[in-house]
Amino acid sequence: MLKRLTILALLVTVARAQDNSELLARMKAMEDRIHALEAEVQSLKGAPVAAAAPAPAPEPLAQAPAPGEAAPVNLGGAGGAASKVLNPDIAVIGDFLGAAGNSAGRPAPALEMHESEAAFQAIIDPYARADFFISFGERGVNLEEGFITFPAVPGGFLLRVGKMRAAFGKVNTLHNHVLPWTDRPLVTQNLVGGEDGINDAGLALSRIIPAPKGLFLEGTAQIFRGDSEGLFQSYRRSDVSTVGHLRAYRDITESTNLDLGASYSRGHSIIGPDVINQLYGVDAALRWKPLRRAIYHSFLGRGEFIWSRIALPSRVTTPFGYYVSGDYQFARRWFAGGRFDRAERLDNLALQQDTGGSLVLTYWPSEFSQIRAQLRRTAYGDNRTANELLFQFQFSIGAHGAHSF
Amino acid sequence: MTKSYTLKLLTAAALLAASTGLCEAAGKLNVITSTEDLASIANEIGGDRITAEAIAKGYQDPHFVEPKPSFLLKLQKADLLAVVGLQLEIGWLPPLITQSRNSRIQEGNPGYLDMSQFCQVLEIPTMQVTRAMGDVHPLGNPHYWLNPENGRRMAKAFENKFGEFRPADKAFFAERYADFDKRLNEAQKRWDAQMAPYRGRKVITYHRSWPNFCERFGLAVVDYVEPKPGIPPSPVHTLDVINTMKRDNIKLILVEPYFDLRTPNSIAQATGGAVAVLMPSVGGVKEITDYFKLFDYDINLLATALAKSK
Repeated sequence: MLKRLTILALLVTVARAQDNSELLARMKAMEDRIHALEAEVQSLKGAPVAAAAPAPAPEPLAQAPAPGEAAPVNLGGAGGAASKVLNPDIAVIGDFLGAAGNSAGRPAPALEMHESEAAFQAIIDPYARADFFISFGERGVNLEEGFITFPAVPGGFLLRVGKMRAAFGKVNTLHNHVLPWTDRPLVTQNLVGGEDGINDAGLALSRIIPAPKGLFLEGTAQIFRGDSEGLFQSYRRSDVSTVGHLRAYRDITESTNLDLGASYSRGHSIIGPDVINQLYGVDAALRWKPLRRAIYHSFLGRGEFIWSRIALPSRVTTPFGYYVSGDYQFARRWFAGGRFDRAERLDNLALQQDTGGSLVLTYWPSEFSQIRAQLRRTAYGDNRTANELLFQFQFSIGAHGAHSF
Repeated sequence: MTKSYTLKLLTAAALLAASTGLCEAAGKLNVITSTEDLASIANEIGGDRITAEAIAKGYQDPHFVEPKPSFLLKLQKADLLAVVGLQLEIGWLPPLITQSRNSRIQEGNPGYLDMSQFCQVLEIPTMQVTRAMGDVHPLGNPHYWLNPENGRRMAKAFENKFGEFRPADKAFFAERYADFDKRLNEAQKRWDAQMAPYRGRKVITYHRSWPNFCERFGLAVVDYVEPKPGIPPSPVHTLDVINTMKRDNIKLILVEPYFDLRTPNSIAQATGGAVAVLMPSVGGVKEITDYFKLFDYDINLLATALAKSK
């Protein structure tokens, strides 16, 4: 028994000795490797290798360029995009408004942070993209728009589903920060629901219509729940509102183009469940922008004419309104414009006519901010006249997607 | 009689549909590009098997193109849309693509080709980008087509893409690429020889449009007429540029054709220098009808201007 134990102890000792020698050999190899790596680093830095670190000469790096050869070229430029990952494009646009002068009894604060629009836009998947525009006032939040767009539905259709500004005329489709004025025209205020216009939850289907060469024709059909503040109201589920729009566009020259539109809308009036309000509109825009000096000069002339037909229980009333405007860019940062407004409105079931005129001067410190002043005179139908100076600061941060033409 | 008529009508419709399909399958590849440079290179590789048309004209600022509905008519029928990328077209192309009603060219689909992924891109920011730096491109400078080596890379990308769309014509596209490559090599030798005496010369440029061009042909861009990208010249910065030019004996200001010449001219007058209006794109002037003529034009103009401003 004792012999067996002695043999076992001897075997363990021999095995340990062998382990130790292996360990020492490994440590020596690692030490050599460290020296080799140190020498490699030093040679790459261009400094002489320390004499105290004798080591085999480092092998040339496969990545290092040979003498006389150009450094390897990195292709592609999306490195910075990695930080964005899959977040949507996010932007916030501030709209500060100030007013001075006589407002003829209309509510118009001297100073207000009129609206801050937060935009979130991204491609959802290979089939659709989403756009959200949330507007914050000083006292409330509103989903101005939030929709999914299927850009290529079979049959050449574009389908949009969600809450959106309706395709009625042109101004109704525009967000505040792309308007050439600080306000919206009287015809929008009086006949098309005020600042928000026709803006409701629904579906929109549009298609490019075949036309003679060079003519762009687009038809849009929209159906909404039937609620647009100040205009339509849905009393029953079947009280949907509808909008139809036909757009015709043609390049006259490479710098000038003409854009015409005809619109129709129908819904249940806010006056009562049995009152139907129909709107008919035509719009026209003439644009000029010389391509060689596109950042310095441009002109946009625009007009919209809108007829409303309100079938009251006792009679039918047909208020009418329009505006015409012109905006000229006379330097890279400067724009001057004017607008003439005339619009009737239903006031206690009687028609009143308001007439206005504005002169506008806009300065762009950069693409991302603008300062605007607007002199506005409005003769209201109740024989009161407002003379006001409106001024506006708009500023944008983040990545705001481009707007449609 | 009615049945027979219906049958005939259906047969005719089926034949028409089939013939339309056949025509489409065998027809030319319809390529739309965002700029004329890309269209020119596409034509070099595609030859008569494609039609290529650009949206932006060579003489307009490619950052600021109006997304006109007439472009939708082109995009609606495109098989392939090739873009410069790096956000050069961010202000106008995305809404056009969305409204094109063309699934082939939507981003991520085979008909959408972002050329920047194949090219050497300079000025990729390595730090936090803010608008305090002006209208910077956070993914790198998009004017990369102004290095012929990137032109070659784009040609290769077109060859591969056209081959994907038209496998039967792969050999044709490969042959066209080989010919383009050979002619580009020869042209580069010529351009290098013309620019060799001026390597290392310092210049001022209006916008940051020329880093690839200047790096390739050995010019050093010392300052810009714009104080920051996209910001118009200011009096203070203009004075700085004048002082820099006087101090470093710089005699040449390079300007793109879509910028106002008043400030560059006044700087040149104050420094005894000269202004050269270089064309950043094919189609910038009538005689620049292709990618080779773009460099021919610019290098002839530059060599003459640099020789005069010694």
